[in-house]
Amino acid sequence: MSTLPSEFADLEPFAAWEIPTQNGRYAMRLSSSMDELQAFYDAAFPRLDAALAYLDQFEFGALGEEAKRLLWLCSSLVTVSFPVEVWRQARVPDSGASAFDCVLEPAV
Amino acid sequence: MPHFPKPDTSWTEHFHLGTAPVSYEDSITPAHYERERDAIFRRTWLNVGRVEQLPRNGSYFTREIEVAGTSVVIVRDQAGEVRAFYNMCRHRGNKLVWNDFPGEETSGVCRQFACKYHGWRYSTSGELTFVQQEDEFFDLDKADYGLVPVRVDVWEGFIFVNLDANGTTPVREYLGRLGEGLEGYPFDKMTEVYKYRAVVGSNWKLFIDAFAEFYHAPVLHAKQAVADESRKLQSVGYEALFYDIDGPHGMVSSWGGMSPPKDLNMVKPIEQVLRSGLFGPWEAPDIGIEQLPSGLNPARHKAWGEDSFLFFPNFMVLVWKPNWYLTYHYWPTSYNTHVFEGGLYFVPPTNARERLQQELTAVTFKEYSLQDGNTLEATQRMLESRVITEFPLGDQEVLLRHLHRVAREYVDSYEQERSKTPVSISAAS
Repeated sequence: MSTLPSEFADLEPFAAWEIPTQNGRYAMRLSSSMDELQAFYDAAFPRLDAALAYLDQFEFGALGEEAKRLLWLCSSLVTVSFPVEVWRQARVPDSGASAFDCVLEPAV
Repeated sequence: MPHFPKPDTSWTEHFHLGTAPVSYEDSITPAHYERERDAIFRRTWLNVGRVEQLPRNGSYFTREIEVAGTSVVIVRDQAGEVRAFYNMCRHRGNKLVWNDFPGEETSGVCRQFACKYHGWRYSTSGELTFVQQEDEFFDLDKADYGLVPVRVDVWEGFIFVNLDANGTTPVREYLGRLGEGLEGYPFDKMTEVYKYRAVVGSNWKLFIDAFAEFYHAPVLHAKQAVADESRKLQSVGYEALFYDIDGPHGMVSSWGGMSPPKDLNMVKPIEQVLRSGLFGPWEAPDIGIEQLPSGLNPARHKAWGEDSFLFFPNFMVLVWKPNWYLTYHYWPTSYNTHVFEGGLYFVPPTNARERLQQELTAVTFKEYSLQDGNTLEATQRMLESRVITEFPLGDQEVLLRHLHRVAREYVDSYEQERSKTPVSISAAS
């Protein structure tokens, strides 16, 4: 079953990253290996420009289900960009077991 | 050789704060913390939220103010006025407004407050309006049993409470010149909110220390930037554009070369594509003002990027050049623990691209804060060893020196006041 707009069918294997909340996306990052994060990033990052152009067609309040899911996927790309682009580990260095929870975020 | 001019020889001497090493005994002594609870947190204006959290008449939220050992309910009454009350039923003291878990905060909209225990009801302006089986009580005049009010005041949409019933200073006067300099900033347009919460294993002042200086930023956060940029930041170090102090409050003004960066290679690939980062989205939204309020960018520097205001004791507002702001709150829970709250406030996005730009800023803030919070626990642990008791503070740490001095002065003057007041003996009559 497709979850994303048909132009982004190539990202369907990463549908597990269509996560609506920041805490959910962060938990997925922490439970993924660097290889998994890299694979998602390598597939999604080159498509970010196209995704933004696609999403630009819509008023923010009028995103359909598929567009919303694409936005969630892009938000997950933001979440994984830190370990992939700089740290080479899922957690930010020197953060030990500390937690910093998102308790309020605007819904999409 | 300083990059930015200083008044006199240093900021620290300019503000007459002394240059000697500083004791951190005030952050590691349980008895001192107990004195701070009375001398500071039960007597100063505390920011508990914003008016946008009370959109309608009857909107309310509760705040657990553990450092003062109490819970407060803040409500917009049926006439539209913002009020605050101790969150306590007059009958037998039950907590009035809570949901499932007595220790947790809650919010909502109501016509009146009803106690879960025996059904006593109160209007949103605090009057006791209904007593279950009223005729079972003895000479009970409902007019004598309204909710106990807490002083409340609103400044620029920020709601403050003050637990000192005898105080008379309005919040605007309390916030002084630094508050006045921020007036007129369109905080009310920035209603897209992200909030974070962390339990931190350090004294509350240590986290303020971390956010009142940026001397640490190029070092502690080195691994957040691309390698070349990180090396460059560390070799240059950090200097503020300007510092200011008024009464117990302080501010630091900073440059901000990242929104947008001079050279795209300075920033990570995701930032290049989304055109956003820690300093905010590079293209600032329209906020409908010709000119910033006079208190922002006090040095009038063209490289200005951000101003951090510390309103004593535990509230910070950071205004960023690309038209958004951050708030920090530090709520003590013991001498060596506190709850940190961070809030990011943006103009609501008009499309998904702007939403993702804000998301990147929020998530970047979280990653930096994780490093900050964890480091504080490392500091607290070693301070408590008392192997070293005095610490040199540099000129870029002038606000820390001021904060600890002010906090100590509050405690000292409270103690002096108390020692002058004769102890009343209630049994004497």
